[in-house]
Amino acid sequence: MMSTAIEVKNLKTQFGSKIIHQSLNLTINTGEIYGLLGPSGCGKTTLLREMVMLEKYHSGNINILGYDLNNIGSEDAQKLRREWGVLFQAGALFSSLTLRENIALPLVEYTDLSPKMIEEIVRFKINLVGLKHGDANLYPAQISGGMKKKAALARALAMDPKLLFLDEPTSGLDPISARDFDALILELRSLLGLTIVMVSHDLQSIYDTLDRVAIIDHKKIAYEGTLDNIKSVESKFIKTFFGKYNE
Amino acid sequence: MNKTLTLTISQKDGTLCLKFLGEITVYTLSKNQETIDKIDRSKLNRVEIDLSDVTFIDTAAGIFLLGVRKHFEALVSQTQLVCTNDEILRTLALVEKKQEPSKEHKERFAKNIVERFGKFIYKHYVAFLSFISFLGELFSASMRYFRSAKNIRYKEIMFEIYESGIKALGIIALTSFLIGVVVAYQSAYQLKIYGANIFIVDMLGLSILRELAPMMTAIVIAGRSGSAFTAQIGAMKITEELDAMRTMGFDPYMFLVLPRIIALMIAMPILIFVADIAGILGGMLIAHIDLKITVELFLERFSDVIAVKHFYIGVLKGPFFAFLIASIAIYRGLMVKNDTQSIGFNTTKSVVEAIFAVIVCDALFSIAFTNLGI
Ligand SMILES: Nc1ncnc2c1ncn2[C@@H]1O[C@H](COP(=O)(O)OP(=O)(O)OP(=O)(O)O)[C@@H](O)[C@H]1O
Ligand SMILES: [Mg+2]
Repeated sequence: MMSTAIEVKNLKTQFGSKIIHQSLNLTINTGEIYGLLGPSGCGKTTLLREMVMLEKYHSGNINILGYDLNNIGSEDAQKLRREWGVLFQAGALFSSLTLRENIALPLVEYTDLSPKMIEEIVRFKINLVGLKHGDANLYPAQISGGMKKKAALARALAMDPKLLFLDEPTSGLDPISARDFDALILELRSLLGLTIVMVSHDLQSIYDTLDRVAIIDHKKIAYEGTLDNIKSVESKFIKTFFGKYNE
Repeated sequence: MNKTLTLTISQKDGTLCLKFLGEITVYTLSKNQETIDKIDRSKLNRVEIDLSDVTFIDTAAGIFLLGVRKHFEALVSQTQLVCTNDEILRTLALVEKKQEPSKEHKERFAKNIVERFGKFIYKHYVAFLSFISFLGELFSASMRYFRSAKNIRYKEIMFEIYESGIKALGIIALTSFLIGVVVAYQSAYQLKIYGANIFIVDMLGLSILRELAPMMTAIVIAGRSGSAFTAQIGAMKITEELDAMRTMGFDPYMFLVLPRIIALMIAMPILIFVADIAGILGGMLIAHIDLKITVELFLERFSDVIAVKHFYIGVLKGPFFAFLIASIAIYRGLMVKNDTQSIGFNTTKSVVEAIFAVIVCDALFSIAFTNLGI
């Protein structure tokens, strides 16, 4: 039986007089890897930010893990925030903390684990995302863009969340790391039963990892479903984006 | 041959021939435009733009040439563009395809003084409202913060006290010492005239303890810590660190805002105390050198005439000034938009507004204390 992790209904987003989303609907099932695709500036990042309560939407409904974001209390919101991990497009690591401290922060704040245990967990997460232990004591300013991405993923995974939001996780990674990343995502999903929502422009990664996708075009969902019958859809973006890719 | 000369003009029987030569690039355009502007346009009926001796044009030149053609098309019945070079034609075709006719963009200026004044007032009204909403959020956050002692982040508070308090001790002591010296020196001259040397103690004690030390401390701290708070928080906003904190359930008010405000409110009275000591020392030095008042005499007179309440009043101002400086600085930091310009803008604003707020607050204190007879 499939249960619903996230449901977006009739969403409308507006910045000033510019409408970004208009009656947008989508459903994300528990345990699936769900992709948000669409041309640049169509509002993928904005939709993600609305889901994690960073941006207010104009009207409509977002329901996440059973919490209705329209009238969520501050305690529930706090509970919900511990259920997810978020990877920002540019990493957004805390620049005053080393990578190790960045990853350890949620553990230090939210658990009463011993420092030794936390250290073990941090070392494991660093390994998991493919960083070297020597890098753990560096500050975000001292590492490369790709390493920031990995460290940010490790931080997002620190609390073993049920829900993972990823904004362009493979952009800025070298091809090998990108494929490793895809493998890691698949593994995490099968081991921990994670639900993953990600924005991506990386075709390889899209075909390798995503179960279902939503294509945002012209403020609405142009297509929602599996990749198998995506080419039958009448959309200029889909035609050019998926057109050339033949397996 | 002159390298910059890329255009020759010949005119006969009403036919204007613009013959371009060599390479036309973005660097030679304005010269060509000047030459074309000087052409007498009165008796033209045909224009020929000859590109046959042109070896290369860039896209800016393409835009320019099409513009020239359009300009003459509007003037005369016949315009012709002569060109055989395939690359140049392709460049022209590309420009023609991708060029968006620039609309006559008339910025409507609010010329009307009423309109401008209205907009000005409204902008400041909205800014004021958003500051009030910041204070409201601050208040509700502090209610949550102090509900249980477990929430209080001693480590951050200690760190901020060290950063904005302890590290500022030197500069504040020095500034205050110099202020003491200056005030004493200026008044010594006047007092000598009346032979009222000993009253320098009364003057210094009152002015430094009540007004000068708190004020100087506030100004130095606004410049030092206020600007730092704004820039730190503004930078965190740009790098999305604040967003990352929020998604992790770390309320920035608990983690960044309140620790800074509390730390400054604790540090400020201590700094004012140090400023008091340094200022009086400075005054004492001048009294000794200039007015021959010994340290013993100075201190004896000091304890006779300066009531301890003056000291308390000065120190009491500390937390109020600290709150103003820290909250304005942090508010300004949170106002930073997603661009680097606005960090500079808001940091400047933060310091200016904090100093202004401190002076207003000090004036209110003066009125209140006078009316209370303290
Ligand atoms: N704070 C804001 N104020 C005004 N407009 C905004 C704001 N944030 C985003 N927008 C607009 O919303 C639209 C969607 O932006 P968004 O960042 O969600 O795009 P995206 O789909 O993530 O694009 P990309 O693939 O390039 O990352 C853009 O047109 C952008 O100009
Ligand atoms: Mg984006």
